[in-house]
Amino acid sequence: MSLKSILTGAVAALGLTTGAYAADVKVGFVYVGPVGDGGWTYEHNKGRLAVEEHFGDKVETIFQESVPEGADSERVMTQMALQGADLIFTTSFGYMDPTINVAAKFPNVKFEHATGYKRSDNVSTYSARFYEGRAIQGHIAGKMTKTNKIGYIGSFPIPEVIRGINSAYIHAKKANPNVEFSIIWAYTWFDPAKEADAAKALIEQGADVILQHTDSTAPQAAAEKAGNVVTFGQASDMAEYGPFPRVSSIIDNWAPYYIARTQAVLDGTWTSIDTWDGIGAGMVGIGEISSAVPADVKAEAEALRDALASGEYHAFTGPINKQDGSVWLAEGETADDGTLAGMNFYVEGLTGDIPQ
Amino acid sequence: MDLSSINPVLLIASLMVSATPIMLAAIGETIVEKAGVLNLGVEGMMITGAVVGFVVGINTGSPMLGFLAAAVASAILSISFGFLTLYLLSNQVATGLGLTLVGLGLSALIGKPYEGMKSTTLDPIEIPILSDIPIVGKMLFAHDPMVYFSIILVGAVWAFLKYSRAGLVLRAVGENHNAAHALGYKVVRIRMLAIMFGGACSGLGGAYISLVRVPQWTEGMTAGAGWIALAIVVFASWKPWRILLGAYLFGGVTVLQLNLQAAGVAIPVEYLSMSPYLITIIVLVFISALGNQGAPASLGRSFHAST
Repeated sequence: MSLKSILTGAVAALGLTTGAYAADVKVGFVYVGPVGDGGWTYEHNKGRLAVEEHFGDKVETIFQESVPEGADSERVMTQMALQGADLIFTTSFGYMDPTINVAAKFPNVKFEHATGYKRSDNVSTYSARFYEGRAIQGHIAGKMTKTNKIGYIGSFPIPEVIRGINSAYIHAKKANPNVEFSIIWAYTWFDPAKEADAAKALIEQGADVILQHTDSTAPQAAAEKAGNVVTFGQASDMAEYGPFPRVSSIIDNWAPYYIARTQAVLDGTWTSIDTWDGIGAGMVGIGEISSAVPADVKAEAEALRDALASGEYHAFTGPINKQDGSVWLAEGETADDGTLAGMNFYVEGLTGDIPQ
Repeated sequence: MDLSSINPVLLIASLMVSATPIMLAAIGETIVEKAGVLNLGVEGMMITGAVVGFVVGINTGSPMLGFLAAAVASAILSISFGFLTLYLLSNQVATGLGLTLVGLGLSALIGKPYEGMKSTTLDPIEIPILSDIPIVGKMLFAHDPMVYFSIILVGAVWAFLKYSRAGLVLRAVGENHNAAHALGYKVVRIRMLAIMFGGACSGLGGAYISLVRVPQWTEGMTAGAGWIALAIVVFASWKPWRILLGAYLFGGVTVLQLNLQAAGVAIPVEYLSMSPYLITIIVLVFISALGNQGAPASLGRSFHAST
């Protein structure tokens, strides 16, 4: 093993010297799923391609797909750093500790970790306020459900996903006081067969709207097969399932951020920062609300989108109680970013426990 | 908690769908292993079947042709495994793992232009009379043809191994290839045919995922089903009907745990999620504790006529 790592190190060092002529900056991307997942990783890869397009020969990009969260990812990041990457984007929550560990070993390499909260001198974090998009989905879901049962496929019980569930629930409840949420934790970001099974289980139990926080389009296909079930595109537009079952979507738009950060490395102005942008800054896009949505609901949803974008309305505005009935936000109070970033509780009305 | 929201009819119907891919792959692998060959490339052959089935299904508009093409493609892929292990005497474990990696890469390459596309899927066939029986009819007799085919295949494999002369010869090759060779049986040829059958079955299993269960193509979509199929072969002690039992048990627990979650049962989700794997492991331990489980004696050993 040690011989192997020495050899790979040597090969990488050779590659570094010969490759130095090629580009000014080398940018690495670590992906949790395949680039063809049609969702999360697909959009990150679109961001990578945008970087290539924007900088041309000045920047070279490398990526590794389907990297498991955990020890394996540390190996991949180390490999990229040894290959001479100057900037490495690690694009899943589970890469948080590995990113911090590897960054400590390579102080001259800049790291950017998506959706996490741990930073250091050479580790930035960035994320998008997906919960703003969830608010819009919740509203449409509440208006469109006939059975008053909304199914939600969660991936892992992390703040990012819990925020989405809470935001969707609050706004579905406002639109329709009778809604109930059924939540399935899939414990995977990407497993089409399992996602399809989860969607089927929810549909068989009467849910007629499915929200997903997993990365593939399998739940869309399951809903289409079932007939009268509404879905929303997750991370990517998933427009191929529109206008029905997919009635709208959250689109992650990473390209401007990736270009800006690569530019910062080129200019030598890169510093460790925390970015958390929403609809207003364009990091979260709302996919076209399709013709399957009644016109008045569509207008309400668009008004909500614009209010969120302008900052005039916050998706978590009191009064909101926690699940146990204790007060979280008083009338008119809005949630602070610290609480949102570490959100580990359901709001009042949601049933079941968050797996710990 | 609201258990009444779980509809047992739909539950059993979906567990049959969920179990079919692993059952097809496992029954194929049973024949391969009965012939004394350990092919760990099931995952790779399944995903190849998934992509080829999907591509052909889309281009011809006929899912049935898709299944056929998937079986042929995976059988061809398995020939490479057969050639390496039977003629060049390469290590079966390493070659099988290699086959998995090749299959995953190859399928990603073939499938690239087909991401996000939708294929026509198989329509359920309601078996006349039988499907009119209340409850049981909808549960068992209103599936797509591949579900019935997989059950018939299990029965056919069972009858083949138990009653046919060819089945006896196949088992002889798997138990003691030298003795079988001494009796004049073509060990290598028989093993090659078994490997191709296993490949074809894995291909059908994979195509079932991409054409019926999901139905769409995404890279890496089999997500470990091939490994489960391998575990089920051991679980079943190489006995065809137990393959059916094992696959339905695994599929059943998988579907049930999702349904229990959706119904809000107060069991921690972690336990529910691990339950399909946990139950498989527990049963495997029990079976091992019973002693000889009927593993073919020559399993995994290379054969050459000179030895």
